[in-house]
Amino acid sequence: MSNATVITAPSLWPIYWAEFVAELKKTFRQPGFVIPSLCFPLGFYALFGLLMPHRGSFDGTTWFFATYGTFGVIGPALFGFGAALASEREAGWLDLKRVSPLPTGALLLARIGMSLVFAVIIFLLLSTLAFVAGGVRLPPSAWMLLGLVLVLGTLPFCALGLLIGSLARARSAAGWVNLIYLPMGALSGLWFPLFLMPTVLQKLAYALPAYHLGQLSLAASGQIEVVVWRHVAMLLLFTLVFASLAARALQRSVK
Amino acid sequence: MDSVAQWQQIDHRYGSVQALQGFSLNLRPGQITALLGPNGAGKSTAIGLLLGLLRVQGGRVSLFGQPPQQRSARLRLGAMLQRTDLPDSLRVGEHLQLFARYYANPLPVDEVLALVGLQAQSQRRYSALSGGQQRRVQLALALIGRPQLLVLDEPTVGMDLDSRQAFREALRRCRQGGCAVLLATHDLPEVEGLADRIALVRHGQLVSDDTPLNIRARVALKQLRCRTQLPLERLAEWPEVAQLQDREGRMEIYSREPEALLRRLLAADPTLSELEVRGADLEQALAVIEPAATAQAA
Repeated sequence: MSNATVITAPSLWPIYWAEFVAELKKTFRQPGFVIPSLCFPLGFYALFGLLMPHRGSFDGTTWFFATYGTFGVIGPALFGFGAALASEREAGWLDLKRVSPLPTGALLLARIGMSLVFAVIIFLLLSTLAFVAGGVRLPPSAWMLLGLVLVLGTLPFCALGLLIGSLARARSAAGWVNLIYLPMGALSGLWFPLFLMPTVLQKLAYALPAYHLGQLSLAASGQIEVVVWRHVAMLLLFTLVFASLAARALQRSVK
Repeated sequence: MDSVAQWQQIDHRYGSVQALQGFSLNLRPGQITALLGPNGAGKSTAIGLLLGLLRVQGGRVSLFGQPPQQRSARLRLGAMLQRTDLPDSLRVGEHLQLFARYYANPLPVDEVLALVGLQAQSQRRYSALSGGQQRRVQLALALIGRPQLLVLDEPTVGMDLDSRQAFREALRRCRQGGCAVLLATHDLPEVEGLADRIALVRHGQLVSDDTPLNIRARVALKQLRCRTQLPLERLAEWPEVAQLQDREGRMEIYSREPEALLRRLLAADPTLSELEVRGADLEQALAVIEPAATAQAA
């Protein structure tokens, strides 16, 4: 072209940041997402961890703090990626983003960031409840370690949510997420301790990612002792498998 | 190089369905090209390939001389896709500010809003807009990066009259600024008086690529209407008849040699009545370019 103008690309960080902020705004304006995400872990913890008497010889208030914390951070990751992604994919919104000069990965990072923010909020709220109402006292290093485990532990579930979101139809995605989220939580020992369940189910738990994150949370809060690397390795493996399956599913949508 | 976007000998199939066949087209700056054809003709496939949403199977597609997936090519592109919905909970202004970030030198948000006539709606949530206003927001997103190529797939579906006017006005301004516009539609009146060029697609093939004026001149048709007792089947066999249709007892005939046709008609049917002769419009001109697609309407 004679009047060719040099098109410069804008710097990337402001784009990543703006995308993240937009994701937060979008999500926090949906009470249907925020309220259940925050209320379920808090309510379950209050009910099973604080109000119900505990059978067996374990410190229920701390134990359930760790396991419902785990249960709590998994939810927004699964729903934010699974259900929301499916509906935005079907609405053509993802296509419009792909056509725009938005750098690849920005959308993904924004959404992961959103899940991490939710994990932090859930951890802080649960911590307050556990400290004030449950009288839970952990060394500061244990609080911080548990927080770190829970926040980073959302990543495999972001990947699982991504997989659901790239396969499911918008209308049924939330149903699929619930179908995976709730039984997985129960079978991973997040609702009540695994040692109270039949041996078969205890064995089955090993195949569930939520079990491994639950074990790490319990270990971080000093409730059990585990071989840390084994659970970390399993979670990394799950992340890798889910993410690559999701990548393949999204690729296939490009005909 | 004068080409903004180019399809070269594109073949594309979905399973056993041939969506495009030997499709070639070239878009030039400062020109509004209408990609016209019935639903299912292959317009959206051509656009999907150009925008990098579909993978090229056969042939070559280039966007500013680059493969469409290149970010540097997409920086010069604005697009409005078919059937898109934006996240409901963001405000109009927020949507635009977000997209503005993607470009180094975007139009100011207020300016884009004025361009599509939505200044008053800046603070409203996307979900609170009418269907036509939502489409205008999508047009604003396509315009905000000062594109050199604007691709619009069925943009006025769901637009009210106000929105359509704002839309035509915005496109004319883009053209003035040297922007190339590709406007895919199945609806001819939408592009009449707007398009500089009409690329007609039928069954995955480019049937014609010309200016509206040339198309009308090239197909120098006259329209003849009359009441006649001659059966449609017989008339259809006459060489003077280019196309015809029975409209509730009145025959509508298109012909390149109206005088010869008239003589023959009057000779064959002495009872012929309500005769009317006039020039054909663009729609009729386009219809005879490829008669296969104009099945007789009941």
